[in-house]
Amino acid sequence: MSIDHTTTRRVARLARIAVDDAELPRLADELARVLELADELERAPLAGVAPMAHPLAQTLTWRDDAATEPDRAEALLALAPDSRGGLYLVPKVIG
Amino acid sequence: MSGDVAQLAHDLRARRVSAAELVREALAAARRRADLNAFVTLLDDAAADAASQCADAALAAGTASPLAGIPFAHKDIFCTNGMRTTCASRMLENFVPPYDATVVERLRGAGAVAIGKANMDEFAMGSSNENSYFGPVRNPWDAARVPGGSSGGSAAAVAAGIVPFATGTDTGGSIRQPAAFCGITGLKPTYGRVSRFGMIAYASSLDCGGVLARSAADCAQVLAAIAGHDARDATSVARPVDDYVAALGGDVAGLRIGVARQYFGGGVDGGVAAIVHAMLREFEKLGARLVDVDLPNAALAIPAYYVIAPAEASSNLARYDGVRYGHRCADPTTLEDLYTRSRAEGFGAEVKRRILVGTYALSAGYYDAYYLRAQRARRLIAEDFARAFAEVDLVAGPTAPTVAFKLGEKSGDPLAMYAADVNTVAVNLAGLPAISIPAGFSDGQPVGLQLVAPAFAEARLLNASHRVQLATDWHLRKPAR
Repeated sequence: MSIDHTTTRRVARLARIAVDDAELPRLADELARVLELADELERAPLAGVAPMAHPLAQTLTWRDDAATEPDRAEALLALAPDSRGGLYLVPKVIG
Repeated sequence: MSGDVAQLAHDLRARRVSAAELVREALAAARRRADLNAFVTLLDDAAADAASQCADAALAAGTASPLAGIPFAHKDIFCTNGMRTTCASRMLENFVPPYDATVVERLRGAGAVAIGKANMDEFAMGSSNENSYFGPVRNPWDAARVPGGSSGGSAAAVAAGIVPFATGTDTGGSIRQPAAFCGITGLKPTYGRVSRFGMIAYASSLDCGGVLARSAADCAQVLAAIAGHDARDATSVARPVDDYVAALGGDVAGLRIGVARQYFGGGVDGGVAAIVHAMLREFEKLGARLVDVDLPNAALAIPAYYVIAPAEASSNLARYDGVRYGHRCADPTTLEDLYTRSRAEGFGAEVKRRILVGTYALSAGYYDAYYLRAQRARRLIAEDFARAFAEVDLVAGPTAPTVAFKLGEKSGDPLAMYAADVNTVAVNLAGLPAISIPAGFSDGQPVGLQLVAPAFAEARLLNASHRVQLATDWHLRKPAR
């Protein structure tokens, strides 16, 4: 299977990872090789097998509808690269 | 540090040494072995003294738990309140969590003293520790070889005698394979047995916290401290924790060990296979019975894993956006530019590769062909184990197909690196507990035997491993120096 540069660029865009044109051939090739590995599943006897998303046949449990976390806004905002007045700062989005 | 957990705990109680002294000694050893690059961050002496005080007080009062005063290392994937937690990524180079992981909290509660954060493959993605932003870790048995990964710093620190145990995580073999490559014991518990709260996520349906130590007995002691339900992790299991330490006394006579033909297949080195068979005969001498078992879908594990893990990673790592924490690029012009450049600069090559593969596998039009198909294969793999465990108590094979490879040997070829995970990833897909124990040496390098058990049968795994470790001394061998 081969992956073209347009597809590689589209996947990188979906993943929000900037890619240089110079990197494209290598990334396309690596992506193709990993997907070729995955294509081995095509030959497996998978018809009628139910997908398994999780190792434990466990249903999610309910917890009490009670607040357990204290307000840690200040500690969490302190981790941000840029914040002001209790808000995260990013470049202007609306012109 | 020459002693194991049991020996050091004994020395502490006999007053031959204090916790403060042990912790200082471990820190000195870590600095002396800076050549291994096993640590990303080390505690300073003042913080170490403060941290040992509680343990020394508890020891003096006679109220100390078995791990009190024992120095150890945390894989740098566990969030430590106030101590930098990098996941070996530029993305989190300066991340200081405002909270502790549950595993961190529990080991502190048990009085064990973390001397620092162990190096690893970035975001736990790798099998050689060459994917760390902070540089590769070296194998204490041969500095030209990799220690395995992703918990390579943890394994090297234990093997070099810096600390008697270390925490690790295992998503596709990241505890067992480095334990095998470094000649120590590594336990991956059942999925959900150890809380993932505060453990930085890679692939949430596979990630599992565990322990690396010299012996199964030490692993039992540490697992006893970290296992158990945690309301802060919705996938943590509310089921009583077995008494792993008491179970060590059990007998292995009559234990049925399934030898999986597929685990000795194509890629497995002849020398490694011979050593694993010899170790299995040690179990036989103790009265265990070796039975051939068939895992017909074993070959599906690598392709299924390398779809499912990247898919989950692409989703989990979407949180690193340069906005709330982590690396942000300089002078972003738009929000899109901020996201894409921060992520391009913050993630290393293997992490980006897996995010791209996962994004592709989950994207419109390809979901059924890749992700759904991999999930179907996952069920076949789990059913293989279920059938085997109807006949046997444990399943055995080599942990890794070869001994530790040379630095740089596979780093240029991601597919060759993935293929080396052939015997470990199926266990994560099925969510089962497994252990790697030292089984001998091939070409002068350690070989690991993997034992797999049914879900929540950690006590059986630890007991069997302990009995064979009482009869053999491979786990006591140490690298020169």
